[in-house]
Amino acid sequence: MPLLDRHGAKAEIWTRSEGAAIDNLSHALVDWAVLPEALAQKTRDQRIGVIIPNTVRIPELKLLMRQLSLIAISFPSFGDGRGFSLARLIRNHGFTGTLRASGPLIVDQFAYALACGFDEVELPEASAARQPVEQWVNALGQISHGYQRGYGDSGNILDRRRSARLKHAAAG
Amino acid sequence: MAAAKRPALPVILLANDLLDGDVVFAAGDANGLRWSRDPGAALVGDDDATADRLDAFAAAELGNQQVVDAYLVDVAIEDGVPVPRHYRERMKTTGPSIRRDLGKQAELPLAQAFLRA
Amino acid sequence: MYRYDEFDERFVRERVTQFRDQVGRRLSGSLTEDEFKPLRLKNGVYLQLHAYMLRIAVPYGTLSSKQMRQLALIGERYDRGYGHFTTRTNLQFNWPKLRDIPDILDLLADVEMHAIQTSGNCIRNVTADHFAGVAQDEVEDPRPTAELIRQWSSLHPEFDYLPRKFKIAVTGAEHDRAVIKAHDIGLRILRHPDTNEVGYEVIVGGGLGRTPMIGKVVREFLPKADLLAYLEAIMRVYNLEGRRDNKYKARVKILVHEIGTEEFSRRVEEEFARLDGPSVNADPAEVARIAAYFAPPAYEALPATSGAFEAARAGNPDFARWVETNLTPHRQPGYAALTISLKPIGAPPGDATSEQMRVVADLADEFSLSEIRVTHAQNLVLPHVKLSDLFAVWQRLGEAELATANAGLITDIIACPGLDYCALATARSIPIAQALAQRFADPVRQKEIGVLNIKISGCINACGHHHVGHIGILGLEKRGIESYQITLGGDATENAAIGEILGPGLAAEDVPDAIERIVSVYLAQRQSGESFIDNVRRIGLAPFKAAFQDSNREVSHAVA
Repeated sequence: MPLLDRHGAKAEIWTRSEGAAIDNLSHALVDWAVLPEALAQKTRDQRIGVIIPNTVRIPELKLLMRQLSLIAISFPSFGDGRGFSLARLIRNHGFTGTLRASGPLIVDQFAYALACGFDEVELPEASAARQPVEQWVNALGQISHGYQRGYGDSGNILDRRRSARLKHAAAG
Repeated sequence: MAAAKRPALPVILLANDLLDGDVVFAAGDANGLRWSRDPGAALVGDDDATADRLDAFAAAELGNQQVVDAYLVDVAIEDGVPVPRHYRERMKTTGPSIRRDLGKQAELPLAQAFLRA
Repeated sequence: MYRYDEFDERFVRERVTQFRDQVGRRLSGSLTEDEFKPLRLKNGVYLQLHAYMLRIAVPYGTLSSKQMRQLALIGERYDRGYGHFTTRTNLQFNWPKLRDIPDILDLLADVEMHAIQTSGNCIRNVTADHFAGVAQDEVEDPRPTAELIRQWSSLHPEFDYLPRKFKIAVTGAEHDRAVIKAHDIGLRILRHPDTNEVGYEVIVGGGLGRTPMIGKVVREFLPKADLLAYLEAIMRVYNLEGRRDNKYKARVKILVHEIGTEEFSRRVEEEFARLDGPSVNADPAEVARIAAYFAPPAYEALPATSGAFEAARAGNPDFARWVETNLTPHRQPGYAALTISLKPIGAPPGDATSEQMRVVADLADEFSLSEIRVTHAQNLVLPHVKLSDLFAVWQRLGEAELATANAGLITDIIACPGLDYCALATARSIPIAQALAQRFADPVRQKEIGVLNIKISGCINACGHHHVGHIGILGLEKRGIESYQITLGGDATENAAIGEILGPGLAAEDVPDAIERIVSVYLAQRQSGESFIDNVRRIGLAPFKAAFQDSNREVSHAVA
C-alpha cells in the first residue's frame, strides 16, 4: 500500500508477517493480537513493528514500546480522529520510533497527523489513486503556523508572539 | 453502501446542483436525461425500468461531480404534474413557505399544483 | 474588541486559499462528497433544502460596525439581501452558491471574520454573555477567555475529527446569560471563595438535541493560567473515549452520563496532571495582550441619570414601554445596553435585511462606540449607549422596524429556521412563531404576562433550544403531517432545567390556543409579581397539563 511522509512517496521497508511468524525478516510488521508472541521470537538484528487498532489504551502499550521500532495506528475511516490523540500519547510517553497512520486519510489531515507525532501515512490503493502524492506535500504548506503550543511546531503563533514580546522588551 | 428501499412508484429524481446548490430534477425522455430546475419538467418514473434509469443517471451524475444528494421521491400526479407526496419534498419544489418571494415559487412559472399543496 | 495581528490575519487568508483548493479537489473528483462534506462544514457550508447555507462565525457574539456592514454587503451581493442570526450568535446566509463561497470568505477575511469550524465534528464557535463587559453583575469579562479558546481551538491538529460537534460557552457573571449548562463545556468565571483569585468553574456534559442534559461540575475551581491544559485534557479524554458507533450517542454528555461525572472527572484530572502546563498553556502575557482589547472603552464621565432621557420617557408612552423591556442597566453611570429586537410581530425571528444591518452599523458608530452584540435569543445589542441618546436611537430604530418593545416577552420567540430552510428539519418552526407572535401581539397583554421565553425547534436537533424554553415547542411529523409537542418548565439560566412534555403533539393551527390555555393558568394562579417560570416551579405541571388536555378534547385533530 502506498506510503508517504513529509517529503513525498516513501519506499516500504516493512513486511507484514503471517501471524507471529517473523522468521528472519529484518523489519517484521505484526498485528497487535500476536505482538507478545512475536517479541518473544525477535532476534537482536530484527526490528518489530505493530499495527494497533485505535482503541488500544496507553497502559497496554507503554511497557512494550521500548521494543518497537514502528507503531502503525489504524484509521478505520478518515472521520475517526482517535488516532491523533493516541499518537500524541504515544509520543508523550517517550516513543521515539516511527509512527504510521494507516487508513483512508485525506490530504487535509496530513499536517494534523505530522503535528500529532506521525512520521508517515499509509493509504489504501483507491485513496492514493485519487489523491496523488503532490497534493499531500502541497497541503503541508497551506497553513503556515497554527495556534497550538506543543505540537511540534516551534513556529506556532503563541510562541511567535512571545518571542516578539521578549525581543521588544530586550530592545526597549 | 446498502441501497435505501425504493419509494413507491411513481417517482421523480431530484438533487442539488453541486456548484450552485439549486434543487434540480431529472428531466428528459427515452433519448436522454438532463437536469432541470423546474419540478414540472421532471420525468416521471411510473415503472421499475424508468426508475432504474433514473437511479443510474443519479449514480453517473454523482460520480461526475455534477450534483449532490440525489434521490428518488414518490409523487402523485395532479393536473398532469408530479407533486411529491411528502411535505418536505414539496418544500423543495417551491421554496420557503414564509418567503413567497424567494425560491422557485418566485423564479419560475410553477404549476399551480405545486403551490396549492 | 479584539483586533487581528499579522498572524491572525495570515491564518484566515491561508484558510480561504485552502478552501479554494479543497473545492478544486472536490470538482476534480480527488475528494469524494463524503470526504469533502466535513471540510466544507468546517468552513460553515451546509447543504440545505433549497440551496447551500453559509454560517459565519461571530465569535462570542461581538461585531464591529465595519463587520456588520460587510455582512450587509455580502448579503446583497451573494445572497437575497438578508441574514439570520442564530442561537449560537452566528449569522447564516441561506442562498450562497458554492462557487462563490471562497470569494465570500475573502470578503470576510477583509474585516477579520471567517466561517471556521461553525459546523463539523470539531470545536465550534465559543459563545459568551451578550452583556459582557457592561453587565453590573459581572466578575470578569468572559470574552478574553473566549478569544483565547477561539484561537487555541482553530484547526487544532488533535481535535478536529471528534466523535461529534463540541460547543463551549463562557460566562463571567453569577447570572448565566450564555446558557453554559447546556454546552459541552461551560465555563463560569468566579473568584475563589478563600483567596479571591480569579478562575473557572468547569461544567461538562450539557447539551440539547435527542437526549437533553444539564452539564455537571467537573472542577469547582480551575486557576486561570491552567485553562488550555485543562481543556486539552478534557478534549483528549472525549476524543479517545467518546462513542463513535452511534451518531446520536456521540456527544460528550453521553460519555459523562455513561461513566459518571466522578469517573469522567478522574480521567480528566489524571490526564491534566500528566501535562506540562508551561509547554501547553498560554503565557500570562498573551492572556493580558488579549484582555487589553476588551478593556472598558473611553466612556464619558456622566451622571447616573439624564434629564433628557427622563423627559422623553415621561412624554412618550411608546418610548417608555420600549425602555421598560429593552434596556439593561450598565455598569458605567449614564449609559445603558439596549436590545434591538429582531422579532417584529409576524416576521421570521432573528432575520435582518442588509438595510437593517446598515442601520444598526450606523447607530453603533454614532451611539455605541462602533460595537454590536448578537444574543443567543437571536437579537442584537448596542452595548454602550448614553441614556441621553436613547430617544434618538429608538426613533431611528423605529424607522427600520427594529424597535419592537418585546425583549424577553412572549413574542420574543426563539425559532430555528426549520423546514422552510433546513434539510434536517421534520417540521416548520417559523410559521408557528409568527402565529404566536400575532396572537399575543397586544403590548398591554404582553406586559401583563411578563417575561416568558418560548423556544421553537423544527426537529429533534433542538437548534431552537426548545428544551430550555419556559415553553418549548418541538416540530415533528405524525402520520404525514406536522405535529407540535409542547414542553414546559425549561430554563436556560443558572437555574437550568429541561422542560417536560405536556401531552401529545398538536396540529399547527392548534398551537396558539394551547399556549393561550397555558398562559391563562399562569395568570389565574400567579402570586403577586411572580414570573411565569417561577409560577411553573411553584405550582408544578399538573394544572398546566390539565388545561392542555382540556384544549385537546375540544380539538379534532385532522388525520390525513
